[in-house]
Amino acid sequence: MRPFTYQRVRSIDEALAAAARENNAMFIAGGTNLLDLMKLEIESPQHLIDLNGLPFDKIEVTDSGGVRIGALVRNSDLLADARIRRDYSVLARAVAAGASAQIRNQATVAGNLLQRVRCPYFYDVNQRCNKRSRGSGCPAIEGISRSHALLGVSDTCIAAHPSDMAVALRVLDATIETVCQSGKRRHIPIAEFYCLPDDTPQRETVLEAGELITGITLPPPVGGIQIYRKLRDRRSFAFALVSAAVIVKKEGSPRIALGGLASKPWRDEQAEKAAGVEIILDRLLCGATPTDMNSFKLDLARRLVTSILAEPQASMS
Amino acid sequence: MKFVSPVEDNPVDQLRIVGLPIERIDGRSKAAGEARYTLDLHDVIPGQAVGYPICSGIATGRIISMDLARARQVPGVIAIVTADTVGQIGQGVHSNASLLGGPLVEHYHQALGLVVAETFEQARAAAGLVKIEYEARAGEFDLSQTKDNAVPGKIATNEEPDSHLGDFASAFAEAPFRIDEHYETPDQSAAMIEPHASIAAWDGDRLTVWTAAQVVGRVMDDLPAILGIPRDNIRLIAPPIGGGFGGKSRMASDLLLAILGARAVGRPVRVSLPRAAIFNNTTRRPATLQRIRIGATADGRITALAHDGWSGDLHFARSEPCVLATRQLYGGANRQTTTRLSHLDLPKAGSMRAPGEASGLMALEIAIDEMAEKLGMDPVEFRIKNDVQHNPEVPTRPFTIRQANECLRVGAKQFDWHRRSATPGGFRDGNWHIGMGVALGIRQHRYVRSGARVQLDNRGIITVETDMTDIGTGSLTIIAQVAAEAMGVNLNRVVVRLGDSDFPRSPGSVGQLGASHATAGVYAACVKLREAIMTKLRFNSEDAQFLDGCVCNATRTISLAEAASEGPITVEDFVEYGENIVRGFDSATFVAHFVKTAVHTATAEIKVLHMLAVCAAGRILNPKLARSQVVGGMTMGIGAALMEGLSVDKNIGYFVNHDLASYEVPVHADIPRQDVIFIEETDPLASPVKAKGVGELGLCGTAAAIANSIHNAVGVRIRSYPITSDKIIAALPRH
Repeated sequence: MRPFTYQRVRSIDEALAAAARENNAMFIAGGTNLLDLMKLEIESPQHLIDLNGLPFDKIEVTDSGGVRIGALVRNSDLLADARIRRDYSVLARAVAAGASAQIRNQATVAGNLLQRVRCPYFYDVNQRCNKRSRGSGCPAIEGISRSHALLGVSDTCIAAHPSDMAVALRVLDATIETVCQSGKRRHIPIAEFYCLPDDTPQRETVLEAGELITGITLPPPVGGIQIYRKLRDRRSFAFALVSAAVIVKKEGSPRIALGGLASKPWRDEQAEKAAGVEIILDRLLCGATPTDMNSFKLDLARRLVTSILAEPQASMS
Repeated sequence: MKFVSPVEDNPVDQLRIVGLPIERIDGRSKAAGEARYTLDLHDVIPGQAVGYPICSGIATGRIISMDLARARQVPGVIAIVTADTVGQIGQGVHSNASLLGGPLVEHYHQALGLVVAETFEQARAAAGLVKIEYEARAGEFDLSQTKDNAVPGKIATNEEPDSHLGDFASAFAEAPFRIDEHYETPDQSAAMIEPHASIAAWDGDRLTVWTAAQVVGRVMDDLPAILGIPRDNIRLIAPPIGGGFGGKSRMASDLLLAILGARAVGRPVRVSLPRAAIFNNTTRRPATLQRIRIGATADGRITALAHDGWSGDLHFARSEPCVLATRQLYGGANRQTTTRLSHLDLPKAGSMRAPGEASGLMALEIAIDEMAEKLGMDPVEFRIKNDVQHNPEVPTRPFTIRQANECLRVGAKQFDWHRRSATPGGFRDGNWHIGMGVALGIRQHRYVRSGARVQLDNRGIITVETDMTDIGTGSLTIIAQVAAEAMGVNLNRVVVRLGDSDFPRSPGSVGQLGASHATAGVYAACVKLREAIMTKLRFNSEDAQFLDGCVCNATRTISLAEAASEGPITVEDFVEYGENIVRGFDSATFVAHFVKTAVHTATAEIKVLHMLAVCAAGRILNPKLARSQVVGGMTMGIGAALMEGLSVDKNIGYFVNHDLASYEVPVHADIPRQDVIFIEETDPLASPVKAKGVGELGLCGTAAAIANSIHNAVGVRIRSYPITSDKIIAALPRH
């Protein structure tokens, strides 16, 4: 870990100004991921801008009847919120499936969206990694790739996005609210928020330099039966091999977003309209390029979604 | 005290304090965060500087250059120690790879140097600025590739690599029922919570170290050889240890670096290994490949049994003795075992909890289940039928006591084994297949000399000193119980001092030796102290009794304090074992594991629902602490069965999952109801206190019992650990 300077800010303007002024600055909120990355010198910011003093810690109803979640809302507070549990239970379930109670107490929702991949090669600065050092190569593709992605991957990077929460937000059609360096505000649908690796795996989201997430909005409640299931090698405190956020309603197509398979939550609204779960899954998973080690994820994802949709409470009768 | 014949009644048999479920004496301080581990000892010596290791970024090769210029400029940096700066370093007695590499690099994250600075943060920042240029060499990282070039491997406990009796090949060929299968266990890391940590301080040519060492004596064997200074110039203090599991059973690089750093800067130096370096820098339980062949008659008698085991280590140093359990556990007139070792350029192999037995039983106890299935026999019955009361390879050598069948019978009854479906996949509860599995476990009881010093003072306090350590097991408490029992005093009259090289040598916290031998050494010293007290107070050993802090006979009662009124009485003794015991008997602890497991019908998620371990392990000195040890072993067994494994990148040559996030061990949510039953047993041939150990027994056979329960649930036989859902799904019929 390199020495760095640190400041607390009290307003958006102050935060944006600090980010513009300081060399190699980063925002910090919960810090549950960033501090690890700094200790391992995967990130070495010279300046940290602590956002915890900003007024983004509320969960509020929006004019349209949806919900706005402040960027600094802690994961624990989000999953304990009565409205979230009642109207967006897939989100509460997904957040509860992530990390541990202690980490959820500290981690924020914006930080959750921006957490870095858990690829072990990314996490070890002795190894090549195109995310850390462009063009250096990706040892995961020929190496240990059991937990890696197989949809939307490229020959530069096969890391999977680790967030559970983002998978639920994707199935709920959430929007990310930001403010840019210029002061301009943006509303980014979560479907457009994450980038596929292509040949720029270092770029993980569409956020611009110094752009700040201020909150997440959810559309009005969609109802239905909302399920989040996460498959992993141990029953808590592990990232998903495959996860699924599913909303089933009496009328209409199911909504399905998958985690653990790509550099972003994986969903295909067109595919969802197909008749029958087999065809939906064929379309959702088409184009996968697995390694020998992670090809099981395709089968596992099919089994998971099929079993969720077959569960009595999810029956569409 | 020389132990040459079965112990008769002795003071420990009173069971006034021994045998009670007494809470750990140090439990409160540990639970309250008051216990001080090595890294907490900022005040034991003033002026400590802090060292941060520089670890290799390649697996094997050599250093071309080390650029230390930028690191040296970091404020607070005092010195940087490397192989170039430290002069000649000797080779330890108990460790194989160099604890300080360079210019040759032998494995990934091998220590190549130490940055010493005023603060931890400064040292860490500077270590990150060290630039090393390497010439990497292609290495051997894949056991399945090297196994064909393997050689007979040395076994640490001096057993032969191979063994045989009768004519296996013919008997196997003629057997009407046969299995011949291959099994795999992965590399594992001890993954203890407390990182390896040491503080070193020189005073002229005298050295004092505080270090997280499970075995004080082994480090004290190594240090004079490595440093070239007399043993008498070295004092080692082992504070309470936050978990070891074998990972701290030999000297590690943190200690050598602290010593060399302290010598370089002329100040005490404190070093701990960064978490991310522990998995590749320190020792591992090596992966094994195993082949097991069993031949049996139609009525379920084993006639042929062969077990071949392969493992790999740097420089052919240490083989994993995974065939040891097979040499003792079941009968069979025709048998053979082989232990093969190849060179691998991976981090050093070492002992991890139940070395040999743990990985060997992971394979053997699946094979036994497979044989029973093939015979159409109940796997409990099959095991009972093939019990032996003597070493099956050496029929003249009986077990001191062997109640394996009792463990199986009691367990089967307690676990409602009769409810198990004989047909795999026969029981389903909603979306879950439910299965039951059984496995037998054995852990050798070895005989090791152990010493202690005891002192009586004029307050009547008994102070016990031994270099035994407490790595969280409760050793301190059972030693206090044995001393209190032997001296006829209450527990609060006993003070136990552990982990100091100035104290008499014990086996340390390895091989589940502590419960029997460290206590036996203390007992021996207490017997000597009793004699000294009786002489002093002119009692006759024929009729004197030690009770309630006094010595008494029919006419006199005198307090122990009285005996020390003119000054403390101090004696020292040790227990050692006669050849007639060591060679004349096999001694071991036994366990029968029963497990109920659920496997999801669609996703093959695995949930262990209930576990029972029935143990026969000699006298249980403290059932509460013994239960904790067995439950800990069972928990580790869930890890071994379902999730634990170091992933080798065979291109680069290192363990990729080198932190506690990616090296998964069980969490609370994985742990079901766990029951432990101790069969009534005293073993007068095991030690003077008639006890054996249980610290490793709980892990022996557990993983196989889980594997067998998974097979019973879904009918899929997985022979490669860990058993994860993807392996089950791959073996299932198409969904």
